[in-house]
This record gives sequence, C-alpha cells and structure tokens, in this order.
Amino acid sequence: MTVERIVSETKDQFPIGMRVLAVDDDPTCLLLLETLLRRCQYHVTTTSQAITALKMLRENKNKFDLVISDVHMPDMDGFKLLELVGLEMDLPVIMLSANGDTKLVMKGITHGACDYLLKPVRIEELKNIWQHVVRRKKFDRKVRNNSDSQDKPHADSGEAAGIGKADNSAKINKKRKDQNEDEDEDLDENGQDNDDPSAQKKPRVVWSVELHRKFVAAVNQLGIEKAVPKKILELMNVEKLTRENVASHLQKFRLYLKRISCVANQQANMAAAVGTADSSYLRMGSLNGLGNFHALAGTDQLHNAAFRSFPPSRVLGRLNTPAGLGIRGLPSPGTIQLGHVQNSGHSSNDQSKLQSFIPGNHNTNILQGMPMSLDLDQLQNNKGVSHIGELPTANRTAVFPVSGSLIDSRIAGFSNNPLLGVTSNSLMLEGSSQQANLHASNLRDGVSAAGFQNGNTLSNFASIDPVSSQLRDSKADLQGQAAPINCNAGPMIRSVPQEWSAPRKDAPYQSHLMSSSVNSSIPVNGAMVQLDQCLDRNNSIFHRTMDSDSIGPLNFVDPLSIKHSEGLNSAAMEPPVIEKEGYLMYQLRPHGNHIPDNIGSLEDLASAMMKQDQDKGKPTAGNFRHNSYSHRTCI
Amino acid sequence: MERNPLRRQLQIMRKSLFDQGYLDEQFVQLEELQDDSNPNFVEEVVTLYYRDSARLILNIEQALERKPYNFHKLDAYMHQFKGSSSSIGAKKVKAESTLFREYCKSGNGEGCMRCFQQLKKEYATLRKKLEAYFQVARQAGPMETACRPK
Repeated sequence: MTVERIVSETKDQFPIGMRVLAVDDDPTCLLLLETLLRRCQYHVTTTSQAITALKMLRENKNKFDLVISDVHMPDMDGFKLLELVGLEMDLPVIMLSANGDTKLVMKGITHGACDYLLKPVRIEELKNIWQHVVRRKKFDRKVRNNSDSQDKPHADSGEAAGIGKADNSAKINKKRKDQNEDEDEDLDENGQDNDDPSAQKKPRVVWSVELHRKFVAAVNQLGIEKAVPKKILELMNVEKLTRENVASHLQKFRLYLKRISCVANQQANMAAAVGTADSSYLRMGSLNGLGNFHALAGTDQLHNAAFRSFPPSRVLGRLNTPAGLGIRGLPSPGTIQLGHVQNSGHSSNDQSKLQSFIPGNHNTNILQGMPMSLDLDQLQNNKGVSHIGELPTANRTAVFPVSGSLIDSRIAGFSNNPLLGVTSNSLMLEGSSQQANLHASNLRDGVSAAGFQNGNTLSNFASIDPVSSQLRDSKADLQGQAAPINCNAGPMIRSVPQEWSAPRKDAPYQSHLMSSSVNSSIPVNGAMVQLDQCLDRNNSIFHRTMDSDSIGPLNFVDPLSIKHSEGLNSAAMEPPVIEKEGYLMYQLRPHGNHIPDNIGSLEDLASAMMKQDQDKGKPTAGNFRHNSYSHRTCI
Repeated sequence: MERNPLRRQLQIMRKSLFDQGYLDEQFVQLEELQDDSNPNFVEEVVTLYYRDSARLILNIEQALERKPYNFHKLDAYMHQFKGSSSSIGAKKVKAESTLFREYCKSGNGEGCMRCFQQLKKEYATLRKKLEAYFQVARQAGPMETACRPK
C-alpha cells in the first residue's frame, strides 16, 4: 500500500517520500507509527534503540529528513537524543510520548523539538509533520535572502534568527536555520562533502575544527555579549561563509554555553585553584561544571547536556576572550583561552590552544580546541600555560570534549557561561555511551577522534548550543541554575574525589572533562562535582579531561585535548593539569579571595576568580587538589 | 448491512466491543490502516501488543511483590504499559492503567494492588474477545472499510 518512493524522487514529490527515522522502544507503538507514516507515504526507517538511531544518522547525515522519537527509552533519554540530533545533524525532531505533561512538553521545546505529539498518534497529525522540514529549509532560504548587513533577526515568532540574541525561540529558530545552512562544501574543511543533498536540503556548512576555532576566536574577541554574526563573519574572514551560517552556528553555540553555564555554575564553585601562579588560571569553574555534568547527569538538565558533545572548547574559547566573554569577570589574562583566543594575545596562553574540536564531521567542529591548554598553563605555573597541546586540527576527531569542559569551568567561574558549558558537558557525559566510549578511547589514542567525529563532536556542540544561548541569559538565570546544579554536583563530585589528586602534574591536561559526551561519564562529573564543593575553598577549577578509563563516559573528553596533552608533554606543557586520568585540572588560583562558599552565581565565582587570578596561582587547598586528575591526553 | 453471515457476525462482535467500552477510537485507526497491502495489520498489532505487554505485566507483578513498593518504578512500568495499550485502543485497560498511576503518585500501595488485579482481568478479557473476533475475521475474509462506532 504505501508507496515508498526512492529518495531521488523526493524532490518532485515532497512530502511524499520524505525520509523519516522513527525511534521507539515499544514495539507496538513503533509498528503503529511505522504503518501510519507509510500511510502518509513517507519513507520510513525504524529502530527501537536510540543508539542505533544515532548511529544511522551519523553514518549518513543526509539520509533522513526528519526524526520522530519517543521520550522514554531505556538506552537513552529521548531528550538527549533530541539534542544530539539537533546539534549534530540539525534535523527536525518530533517527540512522542504518552505523557502530555506541560513540563515535559516544555522540556521538549527547550531541547529543540520542533513538535511534541501524544500517543497514541493519529494519522492526521503525522500528515503534517513534513511542514517542519520545509519550514527549516524555507527559513534558511529566507535568512539567506536577507542582506548580509542585516543583523537583525527576521522577526517572527520563532522564525527570527535572533541573531545576537539567544532566547528560547531562537533556539528553535536556530535549529531551523541551521538545518538550512546550506553552504557549499567549501566550508567543509574536513573535506567532508555533503553528499547528495536531497531536494529539501542543501549542502550545509560543515563547521570544521578550524572553522569553529576561528568562530570561537572571533566571538571571544568580540565578546559574547557583543558577538553578532556580521562581525563574527568579518573577523573570521572565511570565504563563502555567510552571515546566516554564522548566525545559526552562533545560536547553537549560545545554547551550548547556556547549557554548560548551568553546570558551570556548580562547577564554578569547584573552581579548582589553579596551582600555577599564572594568572591565566583556568577558570575551571567551567570545568567544574563538567564535573557537574555528571552530577547533572542525574538531572534532566544533565541529560541533555550530557549528550551533547559539549563543545567545551567552544565555550572556553568564548570565555577566554578577554574581550568580553560574556562571562563576567573573566579576567583575561591567561584565562582560558581557547586556542584561537590565544591569538588574541592573551597571556602566555599562546600555546595552549586546546583545540578540542569536535571532530564531528559535520558542523561539529564547533569546539575548537579548547584553550584548555591555556588554562592548564596557568594552572600549572605561571607560565603561560602550556597549552594542552593544540589539538591538531587534523585530529578533528578529538573533539573537544575538553574544551567543553573548560569552557564550562570557565564559565562557571566567571560567568554564566561556564555553567552552560558545564551543563553541556555533563550532558555530554550523559550522552550516549557511545560517544563516551569513543571519546575515552580516542582520547587515549590521541586521536581516535574519528569516533568523535561522528557524533561526539556534535554532541559537544550540542551542548554548546544550549550553553551559548544560556550565556546570553542574564546572570540571574545562571544563578538560579547554579543553585540547582550545585546540588547535583555535590554528590557527583564526591564520587570522584580521588581523581583529584594534586593537580598540576606536568601532564598537560588535555582531556577535557568535557567528556560530556560520556554517558556514563558520571565519574567525571563526579570529579567535577567535587570541585564544586571544593570551590568554596579553592576556586580551583578542575578541568578534567576524562580519561576514558577513568571516566567512562567522559569519553568525550576531547580527544584533541588529549592529544594535545600528549603533544604538550613534549611541548613542555606544564601540566598543571593533574595527570590523573586525564583530568585536566585547572585551578583557579585562589587568591586571597576565595570564592565564597556559597558561590551560587557565576558572578561570585567570576569575581572570585578574578581575584584569584591576581594571586597567581596559589594553589587552593582544597579538594581540588587532590587531583586525581591526570590529565589525560586522550587522543 | 452485511449479507454474508460471517461478516455480519463480525460486525456485531465489533460493535459490541465498542459499545461495551473495550475498545475506543484508536482501534478504528488501526482498522483504517489495514488494507490490501496490509491485510492483517490489526491482528498483527494486537498480537504484538499482547506479546510485548506480557513482559511489562510480569515486571509490574514482580515489583508488587517487593515491599515496600517502589512507586517510581511501578509508575514507569505502567506508563509504558499505558502507552502500548492506548496504541491499540484498549480502553478499559488504559483506564485501569491511569488509575494505577494515580495510586502510584499518591503512594497508595493497597490501591495499586487492587487496581492491578482489576487491570489484569480487563487485559485478559479483552484478549479473549479479540482472539474470538480475529478468528471470525479470518474466516470472513476482508471487510469493507471500517465504520465508526456509534
């Protein structure tokens, strides 16, 4: 009965033949859904496992037009999948659930779902789902049609690109826009071409690590508050990149930052006192956030964040920018400088370009190697921070997990952002175990980034997105977030205390904690969480790159970062980072003013950090030190 | 009205299922999805449902044997079960599921237990009726398009 058209015919017959991926662990519902979709003349692929779904999506990003997923699944939370898909593949995702609670629906929206359907699903509802695909494309087209000079969002209730403004609607818009980011392959520095874009999709811009790094650098330079697509575009100076591409990327980034900032808040508390006198202490706050990720894992928030591959690097990058990372109080010097940021001349962090990029082939390279290394340096010693090894861009695979964390930590420290980062990290951690595994191993290998590429990066990215948007939020938000996060982090961190061995080992921290991608990365989170607790005393922010071993889930840790660490080792990166398990421990130098115990808000942390910064690296006593971190040079 | 006696019988059975509240509108949706290329769809789905939900029923039963009750878990199982049941249009079963979840939310263990017993009864009754229905359906051959219950 159903006519299953061949993909090549879809262009002419859309919505007939629209390719849908249906995910539901309940076989009855899945069969029903499949049949309904076929009745609508869509081309349907089903799976009962979210992990399998992700794999399929990653294999070929252009294979599907739309994803429908159940919320409650045993192997992965539906929201997590939602985020990951949104970030990595930028496909519209529809959530499905028997539970129609407003809270859940809201959650779906905030995680980027373009629709939320209640079970049992009716065919009438499914008949219209194609609109989500079209809307994205159209939106994108519309955006691109606008003059480049127009930085204002296109207004609409949700369509507006909200450039420069991250807000909830922007998130959705962003998704839409992103989906339509059809830039030519030239931008695909990874050499990944979008293959056979269907008529509905044009080739997307692939945000390679390199590209993402530039992006983050530009954002950092401008300052998160002031980063508008047009200016970013100018700074980046990349051919064939349009403002719209940048705009949508920015949106994602903001979302990510927002996400991690939540976590970061918690983490911020944990800010590890960076041992190094270097002023550029890592605002590990954000890292802590990472830890929080795990902690957060428990919470829904984490969920989402966790699986996002947190683009910590990205976030960090942003944070670093003294120019004004949205993060307040980010004292520039040496503070986390995302790899690219370094260029901007921050203190000694030159080297530390942690480029944790998300290897993701597709626009995931969002996270540029986190300047984690930067932080590390700072942590370690005054020296300019031996950067964690610049993650070789080539290794894209190594994705940033670290960066994510770094960012997070940083954010936590100083601004809301960190939390976002953190949150995302945690999410990442939580994220599909797959990712985590990938990361973990990758990190070790130092580049198995490949694993990352797939999705991890994206996941990181994903997390970044939420974070970024969050970054934009007022501090108030963060504070609010921070609070809850802290709670979560609390327990989590405890679990990992041992990781926090005295930081500052020589090993360049590479592994970003960010392994948010790790699903089970709770261990990392745990560690991070601890930081949270320690934060009170030390403000040290630990940036932990989770070692695959240690942190299972953290895999995500930026393989790149890990790589760097290894590379850095030779590069004489002073490893302020604790070698343990690849945890990069960044410690905020506790200076006279320790971060108040109740560092609830980033502000506090930020200011604390600022102060610490001045101190130059007095190692904060505190649990942070215990670093069991070994920064792992994953990769 | 169906001339064929088997089909007429089928129609009567069907109507009764609706009238007595065993099935709801969702079942009609299933019927509408059945067609020549998918001639046994309804039966397939129902069979799948009973097979899969048996596992859930077992889980719940086991969970109810462990005191004190883990309401959170029970609720989660039931949520899943409810989703499945509503997908095939099992009206009474679904109602019992909802009630069970209410009891879980309020921590009423006794209520949960009682409700579950009732649910199992409804579940079994529906199964028998549907089995009989499908048997006749198979004998009667393909039906005309589904008509909505009054």
